[in-house]
Amino acid sequence: MKKLILAIFLVNFLVGCASNKPKEEAAAPVSNAAAAVDTSAADAQAAADAQAAAEAQTARQAVADEMAALQSKNSVYFPFDVDAVQAADRDTILLHAQFLAAHPSVTVRVAGNADERGSSEYNLALGQRRAENTKRALVLGGADAMQIETISFGEEKPRCNDHNEACWSQNRRADINYNAQ
Amino acid sequence: MIVRWIVLCLLLFAAPARAELNIEITGAGEHQTPLSLVRFGGDPLIAQSLLEVVGSDLARTGLFRLVDPAGRLPHSVSEVRPAEWAGTETLLLGSIEEVDGGQLAVRFSLFDVVRNAELMAQVVTAKRPHLRAIAHRIADLVYERLTGSPGVFSTRIVYVNRDQGSFRLVVADSDGYGEQSLLTSKEPIISPAWSPDGRQIAYVSFERQRAMVYVQSIDSAQRRLLAEFPGSNSAPVWSPDGTRLALVLTRDGSSNLYLVGRDGQGLRRITRGYQIDTEPAFTADGQNLLFTSDRGGSPQIYRLSLADETVTRLTFESGSAFSPRVAPDGKGFVFSLFKEGVFYIAVQDFGGAQTQILTGGGWEKKPSFAPNGKMILFATEMSGRGILATVSSDGRVKQKMVAQRGDIREPMWGPFPK
Repeated sequence: MKKLILAIFLVNFLVGCASNKPKEEAAAPVSNAAAAVDTSAADAQAAADAQAAAEAQTARQAVADEMAALQSKNSVYFPFDVDAVQAADRDTILLHAQFLAAHPSVTVRVAGNADERGSSEYNLALGQRRAENTKRALVLGGADAMQIETISFGEEKPRCNDHNEACWSQNRRADINYNAQ
Repeated sequence: MIVRWIVLCLLLFAAPARAELNIEITGAGEHQTPLSLVRFGGDPLIAQSLLEVVGSDLARTGLFRLVDPAGRLPHSVSEVRPAEWAGTETLLLGSIEEVDGGQLAVRFSLFDVVRNAELMAQVVTAKRPHLRAIAHRIADLVYERLTGSPGVFSTRIVYVNRDQGSFRLVVADSDGYGEQSLLTSKEPIISPAWSPDGRQIAYVSFERQRAMVYVQSIDSAQRRLLAEFPGSNSAPVWSPDGTRLALVLTRDGSSNLYLVGRDGQGLRRITRGYQIDTEPAFTADGQNLLFTSDRGGSPQIYRLSLADETVTRLTFESGSAFSPRVAPDGKGFVFSLFKEGVFYIAVQDFGGAQTQILTGGGWEKKPSFAPNGKMILFATEMSGRGILATVSSDGRVKQKMVAQRGDIREPMWGPFPK
């Protein structure tokens, strides 16, 4: 399993390089050529700049779109008084881990939560462990530990307020939240 | 067994805007002392207001049966004819005098009509706006003379009021009057804890998007960050001598216990390991910490000696145990017991492992003793709203205190006024 994850990590890392680097290199020669005073060169440079800017904008938009898509499925769930990430959430974890590996400048806050069955302080501690374990799973999936901050809201920010299992199961979760770029 | 229902609507005296909590009492003490409160001499409106507060204070304990004086109005011991008072044992009587500069001097006596003897005579003086404080002081003295334990009617409580996504940290009189907001925030506030001198509150606020520990002065509203380490900073509690606090940090991994000086210096880690250790509470001698830990599987209460850091398990309940607080006499502790889906308030002596459940069960959390050890304050729920409740430490008398707005959570009873 670890080898597979390492392989995923490497592939994604390379893909990340391939998609980012060429844009920077394309921009560099154009700025050197600008030393010659030539209106056509200046026009060409302006066009190239515009194209580069458009490409960078498109790339940024693509990353933003991908982040938005990931943000829409950013919760992992836990059984009562359990802090281990469950097999059912492996795909969610891997999607986020791969994205983080591909975009090393992106950072997230993982916020752990708990249902109300416990004291506020015990649940704060439990939520923190859920966040820590979610972070570990993301790191195993290829993310860098430095990209991930963990916090806990314990039972203080329930998604659902009723005293029943349907509600509690939604409140026992960790959310992976992307920080603004 | 006599079960009495007394509903005291504390809207009688102050402006309605100041009456933040309504109180409902159930149960009665094993022995109730018959007591007549005779309207004091002096300004009749002031006298009536004063006696209503004294009466509701004493009635809330469940230890007194208030006997209507039926129009008899002795204002001094020399005016009492014991033969007229067959239905009662004790009279509270007195007079109110307005002295210079808006001061009220309230002279009162406690008189035993069975033995025809004066039990106490005192004068309490304060400015007129502090009439409730005078009444609480008189109730404290009467309670102490008749039960042998100091009264707690002049003490204060702290809690968090959550109303439509707004959180308020509130200090109030023990009967819910005189609410004072220390902090209003859009983010959660939990775990307020009193300093032993009653002047400061330590608490956890999420206002910076994660749990950090603050210490705030009640009178000046000045506050400072005590702990802002990475991860969660929480569960502050003062040592009995007020020189340091115990708290919980996750900066080194899992939730572990730490000690820190009241100035934030000299951080010392107390527990280690991957388990959850939280909710420290000092024993009365300051030499040990009780705490909640899941090191044995389910959350239970443990005791740690600060001298050698040895740990002893104290609760062995099926289910789980949370939020220990030590009794003022140092002999036992109270905690919240979660069993078959229900929270109860329970007490246990340090001597034996026998747990005594005091309440009927519900969402009963965060118990703390009154400073005389006779009552326990906790958070519970009624009709889906978070409310305050108390239970006598023998389990016989219960009160519910209902706020006019929002949910009340995370209470703690304050110390005797210094």
